[in-house]
Amino acid sequence: MSMPDDIQPGDAVHKGHPVIVNRYTLAARINHWVTAISLILLAISGMALFSPKLFFLTALFGGGQATRAIHPWIGVVLFFSFMGLFLRFWKANLWKSEDGTWLRRIRDVIAGHEERLPELGKYNAGQKFVFWGMSALIVILISSGIVVWDQYFYPFTTIPQKRVAILVHALAAIGIICVWIVHVYAAIWVRGTMSAMTKGQVTGGWAWRHHRKWLRELVVRRSRGTPAE
Amino acid sequence: MFPPAPNPPITPVPERFGDKDLIRRSASTITPASPRQTEVAKLIDVSKCIGCKACQAACLEWNNLHEEVGTFNGSYTNPPDLTANSLTLMRFTEWVNPQTDNLEWLIRKDGCMHCEDPGCLKACPAPGAIVQYSNGIVDFIHDACIGCGYCVKGCPFNIPRISKVDNKAYKCTLCSDRVAVGQWPACAKACPTQAIAFGTKDEMKKWADGRITDLKSRGYQNAGLYDPPGVGGTHVMYVLQHADQPEIYAGLPKNPTISPIVELWKGATKYFGFAVIGFAAVAGVFHHMVAGPNKVSAEDEENAEKLAGGERS
Repeated sequence: MSMPDDIQPGDAVHKGHPVIVNRYTLAARINHWVTAISLILLAISGMALFSPKLFFLTALFGGGQATRAIHPWIGVVLFFSFMGLFLRFWKANLWKSEDGTWLRRIRDVIAGHEERLPELGKYNAGQKFVFWGMSALIVILISSGIVVWDQYFYPFTTIPQKRVAILVHALAAIGIICVWIVHVYAAIWVRGTMSAMTKGQVTGGWAWRHHRKWLRELVVRRSRGTPAE
Repeated sequence: MFPPAPNPPITPVPERFGDKDLIRRSASTITPASPRQTEVAKLIDVSKCIGCKACQAACLEWNNLHEEVGTFNGSYTNPPDLTANSLTLMRFTEWVNPQTDNLEWLIRKDGCMHCEDPGCLKACPAPGAIVQYSNGIVDFIHDACIGCGYCVKGCPFNIPRISKVDNKAYKCTLCSDRVAVGQWPACAKACPTQAIAFGTKDEMKKWADGRITDLKSRGYQNAGLYDPPGVGGTHVMYVLQHADQPEIYAGLPKNPTISPIVELWKGATKYFGFAVIGFAAVAGVFHHMVAGPNKVSAEDEENAEKLAGGERS
């Protein structure tokens, strides 16, 4: 039997009261939090250099010189860390026909009428938007960031190119902060989500309500005797 | 000739300008000093320059800077570009005048132009790292500099250089320390032909007029003053024999302005960015107030248990 795209290593159902579903392995969670902390540090140091009103935030990094020096290195950490997340999650984020239906009923999504939505795999279209949005913006940010990383890459581009790069970098950063707000808000709004990234588990009811197709796939896989772990 | 540079007095003199005379301060909102001091300017008469590099040497000496021994690159221009140590540089161009078929040796002393509307200052994110005094001098305050290189991107003349030693930006200060005590900049003081003169901006313009009239009478019909209006005028001006084509002087820009991309980055992008981010955050709060939390019901849990099949694994 071929494995559905949205079942990932470690995903499994445990019977009980309530049912417990393994959603993220420890490695995936560590990978996520390294990326998350990097993104937050980058946003803070980046905004400090972007707006004079927020320049005081450079104190958190040991002053202006230190902020300027460390920001790109955090970017490198984020890039490789996110690459790990990308390799883990890209398959489960491929577009499926039910995602179109979900998007067309976005009003029901916003209103919380889950019963009017199609059964979904491990990720809904909103989560896929966050995934692909982050992926694209991180590529844009690291490329434009290297162009303006004068300490090591100054001779490779012209000043007019650097001007374009720094504008693109600022716009992409605004974009990724907005995507991040969507990501964090969704995790807060949809109760029961956070435990997926802390304990690695969600309840069966959460999976039933939000990712029923994925839950069904896991149950079928389990009953056919495929090892749960 | 123009009155020679004054010699320094033997008694200390009070500083003529300082922090109370700022009209612009990077990444800060200040009330510009009022009344404004008389604007000063350096006038570089390219037609009188003999290329001796006394200005370059005087600049290194006064500022206690040392240029590394370089390589010969087929040109008298040495070092080949401005550096964090060489704040001024004689750029030598061999140009054949198509009208006369004469070889003209154009020697332009490059360095900070001290724009009235400085692009470096506009781009700078560090409060107080770049300041403009009310006499027009634009100065870098190195204690506040963070070495980000934004000034390099903001400058329409490609002047600031970041030091590899201390990661700070350097450029000509117009010898603000000398000017503050009534002296001419070191380069002007050292120039043997008075190709570099210093005074109030009005004096310099008037002096330039005389030079331009003289050059025109000698057949340079396009002689003129380089005081580009795109940056609000500059406090370093050139007398050029061919003011209609400044590019022939080692790429002096014809109509320099702060790049519109820099204006967009430091202007609208900031307001747009914080508006969008703020909107996203407020929309989240608002949505939560209206829609309430999306909670898993007991029924959802029961359905999951039924699906999973009862007994504990």
